Amino acid sequence: MRYDNLLQSLGNTPLVGLPRLSPSPQARLWAKLEDRNPTGSVKDRAAFYMVEQAEKEGRLVPGSTILEPTSGNTGISLAMVAKVRGYKLIVVMPENTSEERRQLLHMYGAEIITSPAAGGSNEAVRVAKQIAAEHPDWVMLYQYGNEANARAHYETTGPEILADLPEVTHFVAGLGTTGTLMGAGRYLREHKPGIAIVAAEPRYGELVYGLRNVDEGFVPELYDESVLTTRFSVTSADALRRTRELVAAEGIFAGISAGCALHAGLAMATKAAKAGDRADVVVLVADGGWKYLSTGAYSGTLDEAEQSLEGQLWA
Amino acid sequence: MAIEVRIPTILRTYTDGAKQVEGAGSTLGELFDDLEVRHAGLQARLMDGGALRRFVNVYLNDEDVRFLSGLDTPVKDGDAVTILPAVAGG
Repeated sequence: MRYDNLLQSLGNTPLVGLPRLSPSPQARLWAKLEDRNPTGSVKDRAAFYMVEQAEKEGRLVPGSTILEPTSGNTGISLAMVAKVRGYKLIVVMPENTSEERRQLLHMYGAEIITSPAAGGSNEAVRVAKQIAAEHPDWVMLYQYGNEANARAHYETTGPEILADLPEVTHFVAGLGTTGTLMGAGRYLREHKPGIAIVAAEPRYGELVYGLRNVDEGFVPELYDESVLTTRFSVTSADALRRTRELVAAEGIFAGISAGCALHAGLAMATKAAKAGDRADVVVLVADGGWKYLSTGAYSGTLDEAEQSLEGQLWA
Repeated sequence: MAIEVRIPTILRTYTDGAKQVEGAGSTLGELFDDLEVRHAGLQARLMDGGALRRFVNVYLNDEDVRFLSGLDTPVKDGDAVTILPAVAGG
C-alpha cells in the first residue's frame, strides 16, 4: 500500500483471529492490532484528529506550542504529528512511566515536564491545567475532553471493525481517556443494535490511587456511561498473565493494556460459550510490547513481573 | 464467611489502617450500612444523597456496580468488593 506521507497511513489496522485463545469455534476472539499505526499505538488516531481539528479552528498555527498531560502513548503520537506539522510539544507525564516512553518523546523533540507518581495521571492533568493557565498562548488539546479524540474512533476504528467483522457481538477496549470506547462504541451501537461495549480498566498499584481525598478523583469529560454495557477492573497480575498468553498462544507481542482488554474479552467469550451462544469478541490491542521491555513485564516469573510493575502506569 | 471489602489508601483512616475489612448484607447498600457500624464515617465518603459519589468506583468481583444494580446490587458471602477512587489513563 502506498501513501503520500506517514500520517495518511494511519488506521486500517489488521483484525486477526485468536483461534487458540478462543473458547470454541462459535465463541471467537479477534484482536484489532493498533500497534500497526505510525508510532505504534492507537493514540495516533486521536492525536491526528485533535491536531487537525485545532488547525481547522485556527487554534494551532505554524510555530504554536502544544501542551498535553499524558501517561505516554498520546504524547508520543502528538510528538510525531507535531514534528511533521511544525509545532513544539511539551508533555506533562507522571514519573512512574517506562523509560522507553521518555526516550521516544525526546527522540521526537518533545519536552517533558514530570509530575509526581502519587495520583498518576490525575496529577499530570492537574499540573498541566496549572501550567496552561500560566501560558495562555500554549494550546492544550486535552485528550480527556476533546470531542475529536472520540470522533477519531467514531469515524475510523468503529467502521473498520464493522467492515471487517459484520457479525461482531462484543467490543472490548481499555479505559483511559475513554475516547476509544466512546467513539467506536457509539458507532457500533448505532450500526449493530445489541452489541456489547465492554470497558477494561487497569487496576494499578496503590501508589497510583494515592490521592489526598476522594474528591480529587477524575472522570474524563468524554465519559458517557450509557455507551458502555459493562466495565471491569483488571489487576496488573491478570493483565500480565493475559499479555504473556497472547504471545505464547497467538504470537502477538503486545503492551500490557492489551492483556487487560483480553482478560475482559475472554470472560465475555467464555460466558457466551458456556451459555451456548455465538460470540465474536473484538479486543483492542492498543500497542506493542516494545515500550514495556524495561518494566520486566516479559521476563522472569509472573510474580516477579508483577512486583516490578507495582506502582507503574502500564496503560 | 463474609463479604470481603478492599479499602483504598485514602479511606484507611476509617478502618484503622486496614487494607481489607469484612461486612455483611444482602445488597451493596446494606453492606455499606453494616460497615458504617464498625467504621464510622466511611459511608459518607462513599455515598452522597443516597447514591455513590461521582469519584468513587465500586467493583463487585471486578465488575463496576454501576453496570449491575448500583447500591441495590445483590451481594453474598464469599464476594469481593473493591473500592477505588476514579483515576485517569491516557
